[in-house]
Amino acid sequence: MKPEVFDVENADIAWCSGCGNFSILSTLKIVLAELEIDARELVLVSGIGQAGKLPHFLKSHTYNSLHGRSLSPATAIKAVNKDLKVIVTSGDGDMYGEGGNHFMHTIRRNPDITCIVHNNMVYGLTKGQASPTTLRGMRTSFQVEGVSEEPFNPLVVALALDASFVARTFSGDIEHMKETFKSAINHKGFSLVDVFQPCVTFNKINTYQWFKENTYHLEDFHDPTIKMKHLRESWKKINIL
Amino acid sequence: MSEFLFQEDVSIVLCGEAGQGIQTIESILIQSVKLGGHHVCSTKEYMSRVRGGENSTEIRVSSKRICAYVNRIDILIAISKGAIYHLKERISNDTIIIGDDETLKLVEKEDVIKIPFLKTAEYIGGPIFANVIAAGVISRILNIDKEIFNECITAMFERKGEKILKGDLKAGEEGYKVGENILKSGKIKIEIEKNPKIRDELLLDGTEVVGMGCIAGGCRFMASYPMTPSSTLQVFIAKYGGEFDIIFEQSEDEIAAINMGIGAFYAGARALVATSGSGFALMEEGVGLSRINETPLVIYVGQRPGPAVGLPTRTSQEDLDLTLYGHGETPKIIFAPGNLEDAFHLSQRAFNIADKYQIPVFILSDQYFADIYYNLPSIYLKSVEIEHHIVKTDENYKRYELTDDGISPRGIPGFGDGLVVVDPHEHDEEGHITEDQNLRTKMVEKRIKKLDGIKKDSIPPELIGSIDYSILVVGWGSTYGIIKEALDNLKREDIAFLYFKQVYPLHDSTKKYLDKANKTIIFENNVESQFANLIKLQTDFIIDKNVLKYNGRPFSVEEVTESLKSFMEVF
Ligand SMILES: Cc1ncc(C[n+]2csc(CCOP(=O)(O)OP(=O)(O)O)c2C)c(N)n1
Ligand SMILES: [Mg+2]
Repeated sequence: MKPEVFDVENADIAWCSGCGNFSILSTLKIVLAELEIDARELVLVSGIGQAGKLPHFLKSHTYNSLHGRSLSPATAIKAVNKDLKVIVTSGDGDMYGEGGNHFMHTIRRNPDITCIVHNNMVYGLTKGQASPTTLRGMRTSFQVEGVSEEPFNPLVVALALDASFVARTFSGDIEHMKETFKSAINHKGFSLVDVFQPCVTFNKINTYQWFKENTYHLEDFHDPTIKMKHLRESWKKINIL
Repeated sequence: MSEFLFQEDVSIVLCGEAGQGIQTIESILIQSVKLGGHHVCSTKEYMSRVRGGENSTEIRVSSKRICAYVNRIDILIAISKGAIYHLKERISNDTIIIGDDETLKLVEKEDVIKIPFLKTAEYIGGPIFANVIAAGVISRILNIDKEIFNECITAMFERKGEKILKGDLKAGEEGYKVGENILKSGKIKIEIEKNPKIRDELLLDGTEVVGMGCIAGGCRFMASYPMTPSSTLQVFIAKYGGEFDIIFEQSEDEIAAINMGIGAFYAGARALVATSGSGFALMEEGVGLSRINETPLVIYVGQRPGPAVGLPTRTSQEDLDLTLYGHGETPKIIFAPGNLEDAFHLSQRAFNIADKYQIPVFILSDQYFADIYYNLPSIYLKSVEIEHHIVKTDENYKRYELTDDGISPRGIPGFGDGLVVVDPHEHDEEGHITEDQNLRTKMVEKRIKKLDGIKKDSIPPELIGSIDYSILVVGWGSTYGIIKEALDNLKREDIAFLYFKQVYPLHDSTKKYLDKANKTIIFENNVESQFANLIKLQTDFIIDKNVLKYNGRPFSVEEVTESLKSFMEVF
């Protein structure tokens, strides 16, 4: 199967040039093709934001939901028809802010869906306000004196809730992202993939360069016994799981 | 003490603290009364607490069919000390009070019957048996066979183990003895005609029939979050849904509930959500989603007084406006059943009609209606049909195809070769985001065009009483039984009742009915007369008098009767 089968003709792609979302989209298409997933058995569910537009650019059944409300319909769709592959694409604001309550409880329910969060550490679509993952001190049009809180750490929360699959990757590390998506989609149960994704327009701090310098690969990727170690590592905030 | 004789109708009220098992006696007694061959109707009011306070249940036993609350108390069984104070406004000279010595000390009237409820209960095994003793007393004075009563006790307590069942049977026995003594004393005589046919009738409440209607409507998914008075429907589906392959999920909040419901309907399972008050307010965002992504949904709203937390366990008709309005402009349908048959059929229909027009359909109920029990001969099932509105898609499928009637055939993922793309933005025919102004216009018109069909399918109001009326009484939803009985009491040829079970959109005949009257009067459980406002908006008709009650309690038959009498006197 070729990734092109997932191309949407005449798609009006609404992302800025250089945006990390492009490689997430193209990698997802490659992974779906490699896994031989038929578009007719695939439902992409998303919320609202730049990340949430992804399903419109990937040929599949699409349920573009409200801001923050992608996990609830995704859970129901999978419950109603278990033959469907259900993948959620969402932003950091969408998933961890507006959808935070659903994030926690969906992990507890552990439905067989994959949740990809494009974490650009900012609200892209609404033009640059802080998101739950924005680093402390970053100034925005809303946080005029800089963000005053520590960022939300989705991995620690997911691990604490005993999520069955937790991963982080970086949109600039295509190979790693590809493998991570694959494992996540193949995982039976809820899989969370938090993808660091530079926002070239509104996040001048967490740039490609910055991610390259501040991330590293964790060892023992598949060993569940080292959850506590991962938990500790996750506290260091910036890493690749 | 005087002698009391009841030949047509008796209103018995049981009052006790939360935790004293008033609801248990209600279930036992209404079953026994029905099996004994009497018409029965019970309504209840309770406080938002788990222990203490005062809750009461009214059980009416009658020779006629009844489905309404009366203010009058003929016999009060006071199980707790606070009962007398709690019901002081309803206790009259004609009320006989039965209770413990202690409780009756507070009463300054002679028509009391002292019974050592608590002492007897202690002797049987604890105060918890007091309620069954009371049930036995009532059952005996209603001349219900002891076997029938024991049957009901057994049905209720069997699962609790032999010891408890034995205690309860004993308690019932003691109650029967006390009842026997009351009858012997000649203080109370109940000679209400029995009809053995009633034994085989149905005895259901306003929640159960809605639940059955939903199941008959093909409901296969329910997600909800607990909130009185909609929780009872959630309990019903949770309990029986498994037998009908219904998925039931208690979601983390109402927002998740409605979004799960829409997702389920999208994937091919007819879905239901139930909520009340502020929970419904939380769902409003999801209602908008269902309206623009054109995915059907059935939403049950158990109304209670608001705003915000309001009176959690009380009744109201305050949420019509919230149901009707909302952001954006697309059609919806609102049902408001007032009797059990309608509640069944409207709930069943809600799924077909939501599916047909791809819109949210609301069932407006309230605490009073959700909790009312009465017997009915049967529910007509011949007309019940599950319509199929899902199409098999092909490769060229477009979810939002522009059509003449505004309905774009609805596909579901995995059925056919097409892709089903739904979207909460304005979208093109395929379901992708658009900001094209011409497409926007077309899509708005497409959605609003569905209203033509919806209007044709709308259910006319029902005229009850004389067709040659000059006075027309208007009501909607749960006030049905109360207004109807008031009209029966008045026995006048010039008055009729126009009962609305579909409150939006209004059927075209509405104006004709209203115009024919010389005078019109409406009864509503809200302060703004929301339905009268809606009538004015839709028909230009202004109703002459609005009788509004918003203290959280239902209208009583007496109240409506009196209001109508004085209304008729004025002109
Ligand atoms: C209920 C609601 N509140 C607010 C918005 C406005 N809104 C749209 S997207 C967004 C934040 C998007 O941030 P994120 O999820 O990080 O996505 P990104 O654009 O960064 O990919 C907000 C606040 C909305 N659409 N709905
Ligand atoms: Mg973002």
